[in-house]
Amino acid sequence: MNIIVCVKQVPDTEAPIRITPDGSGIDETGVTLVMNYYDEHATEAGLRLREQFGGTVTLVSVGPERAKEALRTGLAMGADDAVLVSDPALNGADHLGVARVLAAVIKTLPHDAVICGKLSTDDNATTVGAALAEYLGLPQATAVAHLEVDAAGTGAVVHREVEGGVEVLAVPFPALLTVERSLNEPRYPSLPGIMKAKRKEIKTLTLENLGLAAAEVGAAAARTALVRLSPPPARKAGRMVEGDTEQAVAAILAFLVDEAKVL
Amino acid sequence: MDFQLTDEHRMIQATVREFATKEILPRAAALDHSPTFPAEIIQKAAALGLMGMIVPERYGGAGVDAVGYVLVHEELARASAGVQTIITVNNSLVCDPIVYFGTEEQKRRYLPRLCSGASLGCYCLTEPAHGSDAMSLQASARRDGGEWSLRGTKVFVTNGVEADVCIVYARTGPEPGARGISAFIVEKRFPGISVGKVEKKLGIKCSSTAEIVLNDCRVPASNLLGEPGTGGKIALSTLDGGRLGIAAQAVGIARAALEEATAYAASRQQFGRSIGEFQAIQWMLADMATRTDAARLLMLRAAYLRQQGTRYTREASMAKLFASETAMWATHKAVQIFGGYGYIQDYPVERYFRDAKITEIYEGTSEVQRLVIARSILQMTKVTSDW
Amino acid sequence: MGADIWVYIEHAEAAPKKVSLELLSCARSLSTELGGNIVAFVPGSKIDQVIAAVGSRGADIIYAAEHPLLDTYTTDGYAAVLADAVRAESPAIVLVGSTAQGRDLAPRVAARLGAGIVTDCATLAWRDGKVLATRPMYTRKAIGTVRVTGGGPCIAVVLPAMYPLPDADSPRRPEVRRRPVHLDGKAIRTSVREVKSVHRETIPLIEANVIISGGRGMKGPENFAILDDLARALGAAVGSSRPPVDSGWVPHDYEIGQTGKTVSPQVYLACGISGAPQHLAGMSGSKYIVAINKDPNAPMFQVADLGVVGDLFEIIPKLAEAVRKAKSQH
Repeated sequence: MNIIVCVKQVPDTEAPIRITPDGSGIDETGVTLVMNYYDEHATEAGLRLREQFGGTVTLVSVGPERAKEALRTGLAMGADDAVLVSDPALNGADHLGVARVLAAVIKTLPHDAVICGKLSTDDNATTVGAALAEYLGLPQATAVAHLEVDAAGTGAVVHREVEGGVEVLAVPFPALLTVERSLNEPRYPSLPGIMKAKRKEIKTLTLENLGLAAAEVGAAAARTALVRLSPPPARKAGRMVEGDTEQAVAAILAFLVDEAKVL
Repeated sequence: MDFQLTDEHRMIQATVREFATKEILPRAAALDHSPTFPAEIIQKAAALGLMGMIVPERYGGAGVDAVGYVLVHEELARASAGVQTIITVNNSLVCDPIVYFGTEEQKRRYLPRLCSGASLGCYCLTEPAHGSDAMSLQASARRDGGEWSLRGTKVFVTNGVEADVCIVYARTGPEPGARGISAFIVEKRFPGISVGKVEKKLGIKCSSTAEIVLNDCRVPASNLLGEPGTGGKIALSTLDGGRLGIAAQAVGIARAALEEATAYAASRQQFGRSIGEFQAIQWMLADMATRTDAARLLMLRAAYLRQQGTRYTREASMAKLFASETAMWATHKAVQIFGGYGYIQDYPVERYFRDAKITEIYEGTSEVQRLVIARSILQMTKVTSDW
Repeated sequence: MGADIWVYIEHAEAAPKKVSLELLSCARSLSTELGGNIVAFVPGSKIDQVIAAVGSRGADIIYAAEHPLLDTYTTDGYAAVLADAVRAESPAIVLVGSTAQGRDLAPRVAARLGAGIVTDCATLAWRDGKVLATRPMYTRKAIGTVRVTGGGPCIAVVLPAMYPLPDADSPRRPEVRRRPVHLDGKAIRTSVREVKSVHRETIPLIEANVIISGGRGMKGPENFAILDDLARALGAAVGSSRPPVDSGWVPHDYEIGQTGKTVSPQVYLACGISGAPQHLAGMSGSKYIVAINKDPNAPMFQVADLGVVGDLFEIIPKLAEAVRKAKSQH
């Protein structure tokens, strides 16, 4: 089976972020960059499909040169090869632009399953996956929490997390899936895997290699732009309750009635 | 001089840090309070390639270099010194001698299973009457047809209970000291080997420390490791690598103490402010941080020399000596910074304090390390003892 | 491009989803600047009850796109219908609720139409001829203000509970226009086998107004019963931080935080939760936070509006009693 996994490099969510004084973005000095953790689940899903069906897992990413490190993580987990599209014209591209670029790469590769993370933790957007499915003309299943591919590899039955329940959906391959974290437990890149990943190739492409013009996919084509990044509104300082259990209960009750107004 | 870690080193360090934080750290306290062998963690560590890190890939190892090795062990020990002990023994004291001194057949037979977690190794050198003076050990091995018969008692064997593959040192020749000793690969399933007393320890409790009793233990001739009479050399060169692992352990423990003490100092309020604002505490933290950094640099320097193929005995001893004394000192300070809470098992620093102590003792006491270093400095060409 | 504001009405069991109705209020506030009509777009099959329910909530026009193949939501079916309609009518903005369905549909339609799309919107405004949205970013560590530019429609996927539910007594009687729908069954490639509802004693976390959440301080699975009891008294949902899930005390769908759900209830009552950043990422959007913990240094107290250092095992049962008493007196 030919499996493609789309990967994005993002700041480590464990660390706090600093916003630049002009609010144009985050201060990247000293920021650890990692693979978006939803994409780890996507990579794991791809690796398991390869274990089931044989074939290859190819990682694809759009980003600056340093995004290669995130691809190396995926290669260290066991992916076979990786492609990075890196081009200064892509600075300021919006999600549809990124999806177009990914589609241009993937169209040149045999693909039975294209797997993306449900969202990326930097911009918290759930856009690229479904947009990519549209550009590739593939059926899609988003927010996949459970995946069972039939023995012939012609399709899958997935469980999607929906409000108040689970949707059981049959989707034929080739298809695009976006995955939830509950789908699987991503394997750690093993130490032998890390050492082997050194020898695996990461192909780097520019827009020109793909026959795409900056005007089609770059900042000029972007329909959304970040105007300002601000810290979340500071919470008003709270107060601590003094006293024993009775007083605590009374204080909480009063709070629920008078301030939060939920009683 | 480039102090930067390579991309691979950083990835290895990040992966093991995440593994240690998620898989080991949440269980570390329980493993100390109700000590059991962390079988599940060891299997996961094996899956990650941690049990035979320096073993070449073709034998099932990860093919990591010495710098990668110490980085990994610092991360493991930061989470649990006990778990890290289990892993470092398997790596430095069992896999390493087989890699460097084993026959191709021995490597193929033992390394893959030691790397995969199917087997666990232990190292049988010390005897009740022969600790620092290990080279005058008395366990004996007598040739009997196509086999050797081993007799003797080994103590303080880490992984003694769970291991199935043991590197055993026994006297095969009449020469006194190191030259009469040979090394053997002994499997627990061979007749005549049994586990004796299992010790209760001050720290690193989840790793077992046991007596191994050899009573006409039958070992096939093909399990002699290296040439007869080279056991002393094997033991000593193995200890160089072992000391790197212990230096890393000590650095990990010291760092754990520093991190916990720093977090506590920042949040604990007394006299209307956080205690981290008081100079007394600041000076302790500054010294803990400086000494831990120095220990880490000594560790990395020794590892670097090893992977250059240079003799690194003195540097490994310096790293082990300094790191272990730093761990002891830093954990002591950490308990002090925590005050009363430092004495209570709900908080991890008392465990670090107890775990640290062994690093000043095993794989050559601090006193022995000082002798090694001094001799090296004085460039004594003839040594009376073989340390 | 026109000036109309469309609200995509998601519905289930003959009733519109709460978030879709909330978006009618959002549309109302945008329409004061844009000046166009508020159009409720209702796709589906047998949707008269939904149309009636939407009717009184402030829409000027209801577009009903009815077809038997739209009986159940499928990406292909609904994307085709919505994209066709948007292409034909050129609204300025299409508001979609951020639900599993909304997030599945909106980007597909945006890609098909080349429309600007902004997701997870907390607020929306129309400024200088453009949509301006605020949205959480970097796992809620920052708020981004995003402008949607260019010609053509903008699709905004909006978070639930950001806009009020409009009163069901609007004087407007919306015009209902039934749009012809042309759908080929072969074009619908996926098929829904079933939708399993998860039966819970308490309300789903995402929709709850009040959430009571337990952490490591709950000490064991059986103790969640006291939280369930308080939840029944308050009409609340019960969740947890990560440690109880990892320890197997509660199922994974209880988890609130970076590896679980993100919630923004009116009140979040954190019991025995220390307040690690990974947990805060999932609930810091709560309007009011109450924390009960026996550790005075718990970071949760730094974000709580009301903090109680005490024994939750004493406080929670007594609080449940007090709540029941207070309710019976009204």
